[in-house]
Order: sequence, then C-alpha cells, then structure tokens
Amino acid sequence: MQGQLSRFNIVALVLGFSFLYLPIVLLVIYSFNESRLVTVWGGFSTRWYSSLFSNRLLLDAAWVTARVAFVSATVATVLGTLAALALTRYTRFRGRFLFSGMVFAPLVMPEVITGLSLLLLFVAIGLDRGFLTIVLAHITFSMCFVAVVVQSRLISFDRSLEEAAMDLGATPFRTFIHVTLPVIMPAVVSGWMLAFTLSLDDLVIASFASGPGATTLPMRIYSQVRLGVTPEINAVCTLLIAVVTVGVLAAAIVNKRRDIQRQRDEQVAQRG
Amino acid sequence: MKSLGSIRRSFAPWNDPQARPYISFQNVTKRFADFTAVNNLSLDIYEREFFALLGASGCGKSTLLRMLAGFETPTSGRILLDGQDLSGIPPYKRPVNMMFQSYALFPHMTVEANIAFGLKQDGMPKAAIAERVAEMLKLARLEQFAKRKPHQLSGGQRQRVALARSVAKRPKVLLLDEPLGALDKKLREATQFELMDLQQDLGLTFVVVTHDQEEAMTMADRIAIMDKGQVMQVATPAEIYEAPASRFVADFVGSVNLLEGKVASRTGNSVVISGGSGAQISVENAGEAAPGAEVAFAIRPEKIRVSSKPPAEGHLNAMQGEVWDLAYLGDMTVYHIKLDDGQVVKASALNSARISDDPLTWSDRAWISFAPDAGVVLTR
Repeated sequence: MQGQLSRFNIVALVLGFSFLYLPIVLLVIYSFNESRLVTVWGGFSTRWYSSLFSNRLLLDAAWVTARVAFVSATVATVLGTLAALALTRYTRFRGRFLFSGMVFAPLVMPEVITGLSLLLLFVAIGLDRGFLTIVLAHITFSMCFVAVVVQSRLISFDRSLEEAAMDLGATPFRTFIHVTLPVIMPAVVSGWMLAFTLSLDDLVIASFASGPGATTLPMRIYSQVRLGVTPEINAVCTLLIAVVTVGVLAAAIVNKRRDIQRQRDEQVAQRG
Repeated sequence: MKSLGSIRRSFAPWNDPQARPYISFQNVTKRFADFTAVNNLSLDIYEREFFALLGASGCGKSTLLRMLAGFETPTSGRILLDGQDLSGIPPYKRPVNMMFQSYALFPHMTVEANIAFGLKQDGMPKAAIAERVAEMLKLARLEQFAKRKPHQLSGGQRQRVALARSVAKRPKVLLLDEPLGALDKKLREATQFELMDLQQDLGLTFVVVTHDQEEAMTMADRIAIMDKGQVMQVATPAEIYEAPASRFVADFVGSVNLLEGKVASRTGNSVVISGGSGAQISVENAGEAAPGAEVAFAIRPEKIRVSSKPPAEGHLNAMQGEVWDLAYLGDMTVYHIKLDDGQVVKASALNSARISDDPLTWSDRAWISFAPDAGVVLTR
C-alpha cells in the first residue's frame, strides 16, 4: 500500500492541483488567442505579445515596478538583517518582547491599514507621492519578512564560529563581515528575493503610496482590467508567470545541485 | 636527544616556591542569573605546563576556560596572564587561542584560509602568512587537503585543521575545549600523544578541558578536579590517583573502595580504623586523622589481593567473605567480594598466568588482604 496512490488520493490530487492551476492555465492559453474577445477562442496567435511591446504605458509601468522592487528589496534586506541580528543576539535588553512583536506585526497587518497609515504619514510630512514614497512603503512592509527569514537562520547559527573568529584576533565588525555574513548569506539572498517578489506584486499599498508619474505594473494592469480584460493583459501576466517560474526553477536547481555535490564530498571525506 | 620522559620528570615548577605562576585565577566567581558556575576559585598554572581541568558536565570547567579566552567576564575576582590583569581585554586582543569542541571551522573557507585567518587579522605580510600556513599544514599532515573545505574532511582531519588554526598564531597559551571529544576511541588515543608532542615541540602552555579522566591522566602534567564551580584538588595524575584529597576525588577518578570507620588509635603516623562491624584496619600515612574522627579508608581494587586461602601470618589487614560477583576482562579479573559484615569490596587481579592455580568462582569463600600503605585515610 505504501507509496501507491489509491483512487481517493488521485481524485484529491487532481482536484487540488486544478484548483490551484486551472485559472493560470486558462490565462496562459487565452494569451495566445487570436480573437480580441477574451472568452472566445479564435485560433492561435502571438499578436498580443507583439502589441504588448509597443504599449508604452505597460512598459513604463514595468520599468517602474522593477526599479521599485530592486531598491526596496535591497534596503529592506539590509534593515531586516540588522533587525534579525539585534533580536537574536541581544536577548536580554528591556522591551525586547515588545520590539520583536512590533517588527513582526506588519506580517499580519491588513494591507489596507498599512497603506492608509503610510498615506496619512506622507501627507502629514508633506512628502510628494511618487517613486520615493512607493519605495519607502515597500521597505516598510517587506523588511519584516526579511527579518523573519534571516532570524530563522541566525537561531541555528553556531555562535562558536564567531567566537573562533574573535579568538583569532578579528574585531566584532570584521567577524561579521568575514564570518557571520558569508555563513548566513543564503538566508539573506532568499530574504531579498522574497522582498523583491512582494514588492513586484503589491497592488494595495502601492495604490495608496503612489502619485502621478509613478504607476507600477500591478496598478496599470488593474486599471486596464477595469476597462475590460484585453488579451494584452493575459500576455503580460503570462510573461510575469514565466519570469517567476524561471527564477524559482533556477534557484531550486542550483540548490539541488549544491546538495548533491555536498553529499558526494562528504562521502569522499568519510572514505579518505 | 632527550626523551620526553626525562624532560617531564624534571618539570615541576609548582613545587618551586620561586616560580611565578603564568596564569592565575584569583578568587574568581561567575554567576549566570541564578546559577553559580564558578565559585570563588583560585588556581595557578605555570608556563609550559600541560594543565587539565577535569570534571563532570556543569562543574564550571568550560566557563573557566571561556573566561580565560574572554568570552565570559568574571562576576568578581581577577585573572592574570603573565602578571597582566585580563579584565576588560576583549577576546581579540588576548594572547591566547582556543580550540573549540565543535572545531568551529569556517565552513565557507578552505583549510588554508581557515589556518591563515588569524594571521591575516594581525596584518602579517602575505609571504609570511603563506610560509606559516605551509608550515602548519605540514605539522598537521594536511598538505594534500589545503584546498578542501571543512565539509570535505573526515572528523580526524577537521580536528587537525582546528588545532593547526589555533596554534598558527603562536599563542602564549592554547586552550582546548574537549579537544578529542568528537573522535572515536582509536583515533583519540593516537591523538593524545600527538598533542603531547606538539606541546613539547612548540613549548606552549596548554589548558585542556575534559570530562574523560583517562585523557587527562595521559596528557596532563597536573590535573584540577572540579565540582560545583570549585577546585577539589590540583595535583599530578599519580598524586590524584594514589593520594586523593577527599572522598569525592577518590571516587571520581578511577575505581575505589571507600571503607567508612572511626579512628580507634593513632601511634606516630599509623592509625587503626575500626569499621561499623568491629573489623580493624591498620594504615600507615594517616595524614591528619585524629583519634575519634570519622574517616574513610580509600583503597584501589588492584591494591587488594584475593585468595581462597588465608594469607600468611603477619598480615595486618585480612578479611573474609564470599565471591559475590566476578567479571573476567581478559587482562584482569574483577571480583566483588561480599565481606562477612555485609560490605561489598571491589578487587581486581591481573591475569599474569594463563591458567590460575587458585581459581575462584561465584559463592566461593575468599580472603582479601592488603598492605598498610596500600590506601589512604580521607577525612573529607
């Protein structure tokens, strides 16, 4: 029985996966639709992809999104890593519990509230809404995700590595740069990727924080959809899915290869 | 060339009142929240000594080592190194290096880079670093592994990298936290002697923390037995074994029989101890035991003779009992003799003949006997 799929399991599997992927598959198929009508199949065509690349609005929005995501992910990674360090290392300072709660609260905070409060803040301090405010807003909500990812790595971090570095004469700063950071690097990188993706697909907070001249891709798509779904939108979404899929697959393959290499090395070491 | 033994035999700075201690713990106490790890401890360690801190886990030995390295600060008291007070000096400025129990090799660096790490921190010129690293690789027999990462090494190789890295800077003192704990038995025995040779060759002071008494006995010039944050006894391995200072030390190191009793009489340096059931034991080297004192007579199993016949006339200490249990271990046999007063005494006999002409087996009547100087009287 073990390892064999019963009929019930197969049904559950099919249902589960179709629930997850049917909408996406439909979207991808209809992006190759010749017809202008989204729900009517008019034959295979790639015309929406070529028309996409002459749509300045969409391209501009994509460019804004990429820049926002890059800058905000980078800053959020630095801040989130520092927060994670402080929370795991200085376990005995006053108000630590409150502080750690406050860092992680945005994880569960409804986006509408985060967006609205940021909007109020920007208005109150008289900051012109645009590229900068979107970046700031994205840093705010994505740094706590980075902090969570990095913190989970730091908890299992062998502190004696840092002690060894200091014992060998490295100052705390050099210890961090040459020992701690390289060891936690994979977690920092995945924190960055998480922050990047979050920023990429955020609609709600960006709508609150943005102003004229700074429209992100999700905002552009959403506003176009309100005027009616065009196959062009399907094409954009398909491209987005492709980019994300390639990224995830690449990361998975690299990881898998490293694991295999590592196992092989260890076996060799044990024999020799 | 002088043998190791002859150097060792003449090395005893702790008996020289002129000698200045190299490392000195002075009334050191370390408290963690509500736990006292080290309790008002004073201890002197001399230059070029191979010193072992021996104790069960939680006795404070590792905390002591970590305070010397600078990872913990004493709650009170002082630690001196070569006359200099170490308080307030961060770990990266102390002339001591430590070999960690987990080895703490930097996983993202090659063997070479691991060994060079400490030298780089000192701003040593590149050529000098390369030379020293090559020397260390040779010393640790790691030349062919220079470009490997730690996860590509076996346990024994990792241990040697950790050791090479910790001596690369030529520290004044090398601290070793359970240096052989992660190795299997065979490798551990071979490495013990390597460590001793290394210590002699480099002329360093070694302070090693261990819970393995055999390891401490093999390697150390002197051993400090620790319990509950205090030093119970500091002495050479032979002294610890043959003349333990207290019941705790006698019981902690090796196997021992502790026969409780009262001092019945004392003449000069000899005493007669009477046990609970009236059995009398005559002992020389009574130490400070005064008549009437509650004492324990500590005697090692191998110092007790077991025979099926009563010992020859004139034997002061002889008792009768029956063989309660016995274990044949090949090189020797361990007997548990239940004396007529109910006490069980452990005795071991070397099997020097292949077939004994006086075989004893379960439930046989047996005599035990021992010389008056075979054990020690313990008042504590």
